[in-house]
Amino acid sequence: MNASLALIIAMAGLFGAGIYVMLERSLTRVLIGFLLVGNAVNILILLMSGGQGPAPILGDDPNAHTTDPLPQALILTAIVITLGSAAFLLALIYRNWWLSKLSDEVPSVDEDDLRDVEEVFETTSEDESAISMALEESDDSGDS
Amino acid sequence: MPPFGIVLYVDRLSAIMLVISSVVLLGVLLYSVGQGIADGDKDTPLSIFHPAYLILAAGLFDAFVAGDLFNMYVGFEMLLAASFVLLTLGGIGPRIRSGVNYVVISLVSSVFFLAAIAIIFGATGTVNIAQIAERIAGLDFNTQLMLHTVLLVGFAVKAAVWPMSFWLPESYPTAPAPITAVFAGLLTKVGIYAIIRTETVLFPGGALQVPLMVVAGMTLIVGILGALAQADIKRLLSFTLVSHIGYMVFGIAVGTTQADAAVIYYVAHHILVQTTLFLVAGLIERVGGTTSITKLGGLLASAPVIAMLYFIPAMNLGGIPPLSGFLGKVSLFFSGAEVGGWLIWTVIGLGALTSLLTLYALARIWNMVFWRGAEEVADYESPLIDQLQEAEEDDGRVVTKEVPKLMIGATSVLVVATVSLTIFAGPLFDLADRASGQLDQTTYISNVFPDYSNAGQVGDD
Repeated sequence: MNASLALIIAMAGLFGAGIYVMLERSLTRVLIGFLLVGNAVNILILLMSGGQGPAPILGDDPNAHTTDPLPQALILTAIVITLGSAAFLLALIYRNWWLSKLSDEVPSVDEDDLRDVEEVFETTSEDESAISMALEESDDSGDS
Repeated sequence: MPPFGIVLYVDRLSAIMLVISSVVLLGVLLYSVGQGIADGDKDTPLSIFHPAYLILAAGLFDAFVAGDLFNMYVGFEMLLAASFVLLTLGGIGPRIRSGVNYVVISLVSSVFFLAAIAIIFGATGTVNIAQIAERIAGLDFNTQLMLHTVLLVGFAVKAAVWPMSFWLPESYPTAPAPITAVFAGLLTKVGIYAIIRTETVLFPGGALQVPLMVVAGMTLIVGILGALAQADIKRLLSFTLVSHIGYMVFGIAVGTTQADAAVIYYVAHHILVQTTLFLVAGLIERVGGTTSITKLGGLLASAPVIAMLYFIPAMNLGGIPPLSGFLGKVSLFFSGAEVGGWLIWTVIGLGALTSLLTLYALARIWNMVFWRGAEEVADYESPLIDQLQEAEEDDGRVVTKEVPKLMIGATSVLVVATVSLTIFAGPLFDLADRASGQLDQTTYISNVFPDYSNAGQVGDD
């Protein structure tokens, strides 16, 4: 099995950098580390797929030594999963930041306040519906 | 036709896991519906619970039936993604804090698993479990050992095996009761299931028997010592959960057919009992307003039904004869004793000790929460509870809620299920025996490739 030296070096570099960054306390760096390590694993899968070759499509030359399509499918799936996890982690980091920075300034609502807010919303929505009804009526009267 | 396409493989072990997890998932779903009716859904801005719960179930089932390592990885990822959402439900402070730990640890273990799949693919040229099993025998011993270790480390994090277990008691207890119950019962058992497959189909022969034994012993004793220091019932139960994973790892490490049968029975027992106990902890929280045993008291008088619902699974987990916890542990110990050796005897000793300490921890909950009178709580002094560690997020508030009948009903159904594991222990052990008889590599390969035995070589490269 032949493997590209450049890919191996890239993989090793990504793994090293990713794990190093992951050990930091800051969550953003953990996320960056996770992305780097995720890509390193993708390159690892690519390396494990064996030698290079033409695209795995049956066609001109049936005897050609094509590349193995399976690892590419695996990498595609892994990329999607990494993307999803990274999106969730980002949301989590944002929420964590919000809670640690803003929750002191913006006091958390207790249930009585929440009920008041709901009442306010209900009354405003009643107002809005009343306004829109009045508008419609005026439209109707304008047309006729 | 294999090796093309994705293989799904259901033998008796998979089927048992599927049935047990369906029962548990249904029970917990009923419980959470009861809770939802009583509380409304002010906690969550979106009705995300049920979709996430069903995705969790789908991922779980996929991981149990996967006959293909990569498909198993996808199953794991599905259930992990759903579990992230469920664990951080509502986005309140403590859940986000514990959720961050859980998410990062899970993602790292997934990367480990994926890297293991990559190098196994490099070594064997396939991700089909049966084909890997067939080809791996031809590899160099050291290469086998490396693949084996990497795969096991990935699974061990998921199964919360010492020393990769410390994330679990940190993250599980903060979630809502039904979610903690499902996680405790099922998520770690997926890891155990994957370890069983690794040890029986992919790498039979027990090359890592000694490390597994050591790890099993340490899981048992470290977990239960953690449990003894906790005042919070949910955290205490999380530590016993970690600790009892050690029994299953012990059985897997012994590796005989009999031991595997005992592991299968024990897994079924543990899923049901641990889930039920977490559900009961949720009920205690509603009635008593807190889950700290230093603040609760007098529940035997005020909630006798919940007391019964706690007592039966607690005694079961502690291993009181003739309940299923006792039967499972004894059959594990017997199968270990048949193999013998000082290491196995040491782990059996640790296992017995752990069983007693579990009983101590659970009986202390019983004494404090149920037997102690409500009027004694205020200035109660006892060396038993002096040194306990309260949960970090416990702010001392006591908020009681009514307990809907549906929640009691769902918990009772699961308690009945745990008891029926004892009543039907004979037939169930026969079933577990037949299941473990199918676990060996040859059966697995010839089931996936029916013409394996005469052809000798499967698939075309």
